[in-house]
Amino acid sequence: MNQLPILIIVTAVKILLVLVVFLTAIAYTVLMERKVLGFIQLRYGPNRVGPWGLLQPLADAIKLLFKEEFTPPGVNKVLFVLAPVITAATAFLPLAAIPFASQILPNTLTIYGYKVDLTAAGLNQGVIADINVGLLYVFAMGSLSVYGAVLGGWASNNKYSLLGGLRLTAQMISYELALGLSVIGVLMLSGSLSLVKIVEAQKSVWFIFYQPLGFVLFLTAAFAECARTPFDLIECENELVAGYQTEYSSMKYGVFMMGEYGHILVASALCTTLFLGGWRGPVLPPIAWFMIKTFALVFFFIWVRGTFPRFRFDQLMKLGWKVMLPLCLVNILFTGIIIQFLQR
Amino acid sequence: MEPRRNFLAAAWEGLGELVRGFATTFIHLFRRPITEAYPEYHRPLPERSRARIILTRDPDGDERCVACYLCSGVCPVSCISMQSSQREDGRRFASWFRINFARCIYCGLCEEACPTLAIQLTPHFETCQYDILTLVAEKEDLLVDHGGKNRDYNFYRHAGVTAVGGKGEHLQEAKPVNRRSNLP
Repeated sequence: MNQLPILIIVTAVKILLVLVVFLTAIAYTVLMERKVLGFIQLRYGPNRVGPWGLLQPLADAIKLLFKEEFTPPGVNKVLFVLAPVITAATAFLPLAAIPFASQILPNTLTIYGYKVDLTAAGLNQGVIADINVGLLYVFAMGSLSVYGAVLGGWASNNKYSLLGGLRLTAQMISYELALGLSVIGVLMLSGSLSLVKIVEAQKSVWFIFYQPLGFVLFLTAAFAECARTPFDLIECENELVAGYQTEYSSMKYGVFMMGEYGHILVASALCTTLFLGGWRGPVLPPIAWFMIKTFALVFFFIWVRGTFPRFRFDQLMKLGWKVMLPLCLVNILFTGIIIQFLQR
Repeated sequence: MEPRRNFLAAAWEGLGELVRGFATTFIHLFRRPITEAYPEYHRPLPERSRARIILTRDPDGDERCVACYLCSGVCPVSCISMQSSQREDGRRFASWFRINFARCIYCGLCEEACPTLAIQLTPHFETCQYDILTLVAEKEDLLVDHGGKNRDYNFYRHAGVTAVGGKGEHLQEAKPVNRRSNLP
């Protein structure tokens, strides 16, 4: 019997499940951010919709959906519509390669008496696609997300939007280097670009203990890539209104927001996978550990936002090129030397 | 240019400051929020806070308002209007009195202008309505049955008008001089 249809259905169900969980997580990341920032500032945060404001994301979504959709005259319509889609899609896509559990399905499935081998396409694994260049794929998607913001800024025909897009381009290019170089140490230790293999390599010790500098560098670069405080120059309210999002309204803006918070979640999930042992952990099921670690990092993102002011643009560039990049190279050098000595 | 410091010392100091910043915000997470949850909790307002306007009565139970139009004249947004009339005993009163609270800015100038302490502002501020016309208050809505801030004051007992009491019977008023007598 041809197994292909069943495999496709299983994959589709898996993708759907992951997407639904991810979208819910995005919605509640927004709520978490508002709550945590509120408590940091001695406020309550949203607490009117539902118990403890737990239905606030729903209310936000309804509000955004029913707002007037305004397309200003003079915009490049195709790019204007495309930009939020790119931002959101590039935020969702990396999720395919990130392993969130060890094994979620049995090796073989019996459907109406037929045995279906799920190991063939790695369908029993807790990952949608175990690509052998998974990390490269994730970084490629991360790089593509620049286009969303740049095109949005360009198509809006507004100087604030353009400036925001411009700043984002410079920032992304500067920090992508540091982001890419900071994980080289991890790759040297694991010997693979596959995220599943990287998690496997952390069976005994998490890579954060081998690569503390790499972890700090990766997290800092991830902050810049997500354009979060202290690197949120692209949308700093007091200079650029809302950066490349200035001209967007209604659900287009909502999609931008979803993409932004999706990026935060993906960055946290990737950081968990690379440095914190992924889904590994005692007692609790793997998926719970993955969630706990990811949301701990999301909390850190919010905590930093509640703590630090914004950089100036020249400080941002100086940090990126003069501090982060050399430190990444030093990290790679030392990792290489130590691995060489240990192997002998 | 400031002297070049030891790099490691500077880095250590910077790290310490980072940690201190994080610690400060983290401690704040567990502090009690200082927010006053408004509809559930009403902050006690000072007695003299200015909000909804009332028309008070004097201790005898009469309306204090003498329809002098001073409040209407001083009102910067012209939200007070009235029609003056006279009772048979010569006392003036407002046959109708209207305040448009949709326009009122609660500046309190009417209260300052009032010679009889009739019009007064109260701390009651929750006057929101869905229909703007319900914010137009007539005399019946404005009149209260107490004296407001100065309960004992009675304008006609002080002023030299004969509507209440005869000549020389008002408070702080000397008896009429007997013109026939030179005696003090």
